[in-house]
Amino acid sequence: MKKIEAYIRHDAFEPIRGELLEKGFPSLSISEVKGSGRQKGVVEQYRGSSLTVNVRPKLKLECVVEDKDMSIVVETILRHARTGDVGDGKIFVLPVEQAIRIRTGESGEEVLQAHPGAEIPA
Amino acid sequence: MRRRYLGVAVSLVAVALLALPGVAFGQDPALDRIKDLKGSIGEAADAVNTTWVIVAAVLVMFMQAGFLLLEVGFSRMKNVGAGVAKIFVNFSIASLCYWAVGFALAFGGAGAIAGDSGFFLDVGSTAAEAGKQFPFVGLYGIDPAAFLFFQFAFCAVSLAIVWGTTLERIKFGAYVIYAIVFSAVIYPVISHWIFGGGWLQVNIGMQDFAGSTVVHLLGATGALAALLLLGPRRGKYTGEGKPRAIPGHSMPLVGLGVLILWLGWFGFNPGSTLGIFGDAAAGIGNRFAEVVLVTNLAAAAGVIAAVATMYGLRRTIDIGMAGNGAIAGLVAITAPSGYIEYWAAPIIGAVGGIIVVLGVLAIEKLLDDPVGALSAHGLAGIWGTLSAGIFTSPRFAEFNAVGEGGLWYTGSFDQLGAQALGVAVTFAAVFVVSYAVFALIKATIGLRVSPEEEDAGLDISEHGMYGYPEQFISPEEYPGGTPAAPAHAPATVSAIGAERPSEA
Repeated sequence: MKKIEAYIRHDAFEPIRGELLEKGFPSLSISEVKGSGRQKGVVEQYRGSSLTVNVRPKLKLECVVEDKDMSIVVETILRHARTGDVGDGKIFVLPVEQAIRIRTGESGEEVLQAHPGAEIPA
Repeated sequence: MRRRYLGVAVSLVAVALLALPGVAFGQDPALDRIKDLKGSIGEAADAVNTTWVIVAAVLVMFMQAGFLLLEVGFSRMKNVGAGVAKIFVNFSIASLCYWAVGFALAFGGAGAIAGDSGFFLDVGSTAAEAGKQFPFVGLYGIDPAAFLFFQFAFCAVSLAIVWGTTLERIKFGAYVIYAIVFSAVIYPVISHWIFGGGWLQVNIGMQDFAGSTVVHLLGATGALAALLLLGPRRGKYTGEGKPRAIPGHSMPLVGLGVLILWLGWFGFNPGSTLGIFGDAAAGIGNRFAEVVLVTNLAAAAGVIAAVATMYGLRRTIDIGMAGNGAIAGLVAITAPSGYIEYWAAPIIGAVGGIIVVLGVLAIEKLLDDPVGALSAHGLAGIWGTLSAGIFTSPRFAEFNAVGEGGLWYTGSFDQLGAQALGVAVTFAAVFVVSYAVFALIKATIGLRVSPEEEDAGLDISEHGMYGYPEQFISPEEYPGGTPAAPAHAPATVSAIGAERPSEA
């Protein structure tokens, strides 16, 4: 099992979510994060004084999938998150030791995504 | 005409003034005393009328705050500061342009198309002197400065309406250019046609008491021209063209904005009586108070109708639509407010409330109008103007000396036809000129910010600062140290642990 952690622009999320859903990966989490990288900060002008804001808002997308699905998810994120400009973000892939579904207590790769055949609301 | 006001003013104020000391006595006490009294009473009536007009103008000016809060509340947090800067700059540009040019075109003479005197109005002139240049000032006997300020406040309202469709993506420079053209030429010329003794008022007899067409439809037409060239906000429509909601960030601000507009309307419509003395003998008393009540009845009916319509369609009590319903009721009653009996007001307001809901839902499919200005000011403005052609009471048509009774009373479509012509002409003229101005802006400095700037928000990209900085700057980067932990954060383990005595 692999965990994919992607730091992306806000407007990249919706197309990524849509395509992952289509490809059978509805389970993911996002969080609002602020961070810095090669993208420059923002200078706020306030009544004649300035304040440099070095960390910029991004979305962190997290998704755990079976090893064989890792490249599909990564490729999907890359395709939608890349604008070619500085500030597109980064993807990290981490190993995962165990996954447990809280409702049933079952564990293993079968808990990662929706039940086969289960209806996925759009 | 309302010259009657002054005659009746004499009788109304006479008793009060008789008790006042300081009335000059001449050589022939009885005769001179009456002469002086008549002069004093006339002046006193002018002074009281002027005071009312200024009070009404200030109420209308306060509507800028209503537009500000309404638009800010319907915007996302990244675009709130832009709305504040816009209101200040637009109001100020219009203040100067209307005084310099607009007022003369609107009221500086009785020409069919536009006035031609009174540029850079010299406010030192008295009402009597000014009356030679400005027929309306002489007619009502109010101070020309009061009249100018009142009329300007209407111009500023109309200009504020234009920008309702353009939120969250228009370039600031576009405001500046269009505001100059609008407040110097577009609004003054149309208002001359309908308010200032121009051809729609005099030759056609179109009835628009306080501006359903002049102020609201005019503003909404400019808004439509801007929107067609501007396009929707990014993300408003899916790839298949289906509209998506872009929720505004604060319904409380929207509510406060609507209530301030509602309050301001008590200057807008009743102030258009341009005085507080009425002809009691003719059974038409202090019309300004009646207009207050008529205005409120329509607004209330607008809210109820809009909420009920939305509940019927979607089974929700829609907060934004309740506000839109109030505005639509108020916009609709603006034209007929000085022409109708009480009973017609809730009907006119309720139809406005239904129109605004259906209008917003229909327009949403094609055009991105974040505050519903096209429906609340445009469609409701058209309805309000036409409604005068249906509900105008013959006695008030005679009192105002404009047009005749409506369809309901006379069975004649004449007045309705005059109203429809006024609507069509105003829409066509304003649309053509506004579209040309916005097309010119688009071809030169550009009408819209870049997609990156739109995503970042107008506050930081156009104004260099955030309207709500703490939403966008993390606490760690605020100067002066890290703020205290938020209330919901649990106490840290180390803090608790520090209290424990160490165990050896």
